[in-house]
Amino acid sequence: MSSETHEAVHRHEAPTSFIRKYIFSLDHKVIGIQYIILALTAVVVGVTMSVLMRLNLSWPGTSWSILGTLFPTGAPGGIMNPEFYLSLVTMHGTIMVFFVLTTAPQGGFGNYFLPIQIGAEDMAFPFLNMMSFWVTFVGFIVILAAIFVEGNTTIATSALGVWLGGGSGSTVGPIGGWTGYAPLSAVGVAAGPGQGAGMNLWIVSIAIFCIGSLLGALNFITTLLNMRTRGMTLMRMPLTCWAWFTTAVLALLSFPVLLGGGILLLLDRTVGTSFFIPGGLVFGSSVLNTHTGGSPILWQHLFWFFGHPEVYIAILPGMGATSHILSTFARKPVFGYRAMVFAIFAIGLLGFFVWGHHMFISGMSPYSAMTFSILTLSIGVPSAVKTFNWLGTLWGARIRFTTPMLFAIGFVSLFVAGGITGLVLGQTSLDLPMHDTYFVPAHFHLVMGVASIFGMFAAIYFWFPKMFGRFMSERLGKFHFWLTFVGVYCIFVPMHTMGMVGMPRRYANFGEYRFLDSIHPLVIFVSIAAIITALVQLVFYFNLIWSVFKGKKAGDNPWEATTLEWNTTSPPPHDNFAGVLPVVYRGPYEFAVPGAPNDYVMQTEPDASTAGEGVGGNGHNGHKH
Amino acid sequence: MATTVTSTKTAEKRETSSGRGSKFPGPNGKGPKGNGNGGGRRGPRRGLSPEAYRVTMWMVIAAIVMMFAALSSAYIILSFDGERRRVTMPPMFFLSTGIIILSSFTIETAKRSLKRENESRYRGWTIATLVLGLFFLAAQVMGWRELAAQGVYFASHPHSTFFYFFTGVHGVHLLGGIAGLSYLAIRGQRKGKVGKVMPKETSAGLMSLYWHTMDALWIWLFLLLLILK
Repeated sequence: MSSETHEAVHRHEAPTSFIRKYIFSLDHKVIGIQYIILALTAVVVGVTMSVLMRLNLSWPGTSWSILGTLFPTGAPGGIMNPEFYLSLVTMHGTIMVFFVLTTAPQGGFGNYFLPIQIGAEDMAFPFLNMMSFWVTFVGFIVILAAIFVEGNTTIATSALGVWLGGGSGSTVGPIGGWTGYAPLSAVGVAAGPGQGAGMNLWIVSIAIFCIGSLLGALNFITTLLNMRTRGMTLMRMPLTCWAWFTTAVLALLSFPVLLGGGILLLLDRTVGTSFFIPGGLVFGSSVLNTHTGGSPILWQHLFWFFGHPEVYIAILPGMGATSHILSTFARKPVFGYRAMVFAIFAIGLLGFFVWGHHMFISGMSPYSAMTFSILTLSIGVPSAVKTFNWLGTLWGARIRFTTPMLFAIGFVSLFVAGGITGLVLGQTSLDLPMHDTYFVPAHFHLVMGVASIFGMFAAIYFWFPKMFGRFMSERLGKFHFWLTFVGVYCIFVPMHTMGMVGMPRRYANFGEYRFLDSIHPLVIFVSIAAIITALVQLVFYFNLIWSVFKGKKAGDNPWEATTLEWNTTSPPPHDNFAGVLPVVYRGPYEFAVPGAPNDYVMQTEPDASTAGEGVGGNGHNGHKH
Repeated sequence: MATTVTSTKTAEKRETSSGRGSKFPGPNGKGPKGNGNGGGRRGPRRGLSPEAYRVTMWMVIAAIVMMFAALSSAYIILSFDGERRRVTMPPMFFLSTGIIILSSFTIETAKRSLKRENESRYRGWTIATLVLGLFFLAAQVMGWRELAAQGVYFASHPHSTFFYFFTGVHGVHLLGGIAGLSYLAIRGQRKGKVGKVMPKETSAGLMSLYWHTMDALWIWLFLLLLILK
């Protein structure tokens, strides 16, 4: 060892200037909050778009005058064009998947709580951490720019708009869905509205996002492997940390593939290469002769090789938070901690071998399809292990039904309800008729969309007292939970029925499909449920902002929880533990330990054998004061 | 964003407890690691161990390899369908392959010189690697000119695209290595540490790891272009 080991550990002083403290902060806690704010902003855009989509589906041909004013060419007279609707579908998916479901669970809560839960002062590379947020932020600005470049004729035809690839002014972005399938996405303005500047900016935004996520993933893995405090062995980490770690590994291995694919797609569009464009493509009455030899299916492979791990990137942190919160409010240890850890890893690992189940109708060999199908269904095993263990944790418990607990139970409910239909769609023969019907959006919205969001709601209600030193309102929280919980089921359960009737997804208008007339009341029901559920979220936003300033004060450990974040002040100081790192003596979920004075034993509580050595007694915060 | 992540109360606490900062210094119970006195705002707060940096570098490599795996699979898939026009491997690419293999030996020699505490030899071999890296890039660019002389350009057809594209993407990653080598060559004059936080041996180890990866990647891409048509 070098001589430096004897020097005192250097400690950073908290920055004092506003910019270093709140804007370009190196503090993982501030960066975490920045990610959460980014997600809270992006989700408003995404939900607004979904409400517009519902308006168009339920009441086609109705004039919404405000739309006519904002988008005179996309919604002339306030009536949405089909292309306008399709661009809403695309941008809703893109913004939700990337800027909400990938940022808040991992970048937000992971950033804030991973270092604290493992007993570190900060992330391993604070500067990289800051960069990862600001790179992601730039990605968000670029995706918003795609809306305006395509949505406004003046901008689309301006010098800047033309330089970016030109636009129609009649959409709010590309129209190819969040999957950006080639060749529609690859040939440029010839493919129609939304495929000019909007598509270019879409690709650039996703590429920027990939880089931001990679920086974050590097940081998470190094931090977790190297910065754990004394006694924090891997098997003493909270399940949240395992989930964030697995998520980071998935991000590290899947985002480079999307980045590579995105570069190829951008080259096809701007330089005239033919990675994804076959020769002799016919557009309307003209043949595209400038390209030759590409493969549109190649894009699907590259995209879904990323895309499937991506859905686990969205949901795994929710699973971690749910395990953590269920145990805390059931006042019981997590049932089968080791099994939970292995299940997280198994889900992450299998996630890399199932991308083909998104492509059953792409004309793949039936043998490949069968392989993908078997691997897909095998994910049911670790998923069932997790569900069983969550129920095992709740079994026979004296549950404290707080708002975070309700949302965590809601997560389990939604994960099961959405996961069940995964068994249907994972089988080739059943997927073929269901593919591209409303059955698919119903499935993935429940299992990876709403479930992940419920995980995040549980996390924010749970950790808010730690982050701001105040509780969120329980009364408003429970109101928010019940209406949202019932609301999302009202939205997505009927969608399964629509899918089974044969209602195709992504259609702007069903007027000519008479066989769907009978379920139009259901479509209207779903829309009303969606609008109400969206409005209920305003209560959450109000609760969030109001509680930052006026919420009931919370102590250091208001939930009587056991892990390290409850071992420091609320909110934690700049270096998390005021200069003295905690020492860990036990696992993360020691509730209801026989013979213990309380029904919970904190991780910092020394063993009985070492208690006599001076640290004992009020061990969980004895070293601090 | 009215967060109050640092209150005055906690600031006081820090002052009173700052003298005890080294009480529990080491992560993992393995004792203190690295050198914790890095004053750089951009560096890690506590010095990370050399293993930590190695883990990070391996992850960077994993990410880069995944991207090249994706691009290679694109090449493999496209080489099996559609019409394929043959591009003759430019002789310059054989030369550049030789250069980059040679550079792996020079950087390894540099690393070993440092282990034997021969700093001037270390610096010399680092600069030699840097020069070979620049020669490699020059050879790649001349390879492009040979391709153009054959009459195949970036967007002529998928096969020709990959010749330019693989060399280009690989070159960009190699430029990162060149930047790193330049930094090491400049900092090599000083004793002890590179920058503010990293011991010199650690940085030399990381650099050679990255450089060997670039070497192996190029050999893989070269063989792919040479054999699979």
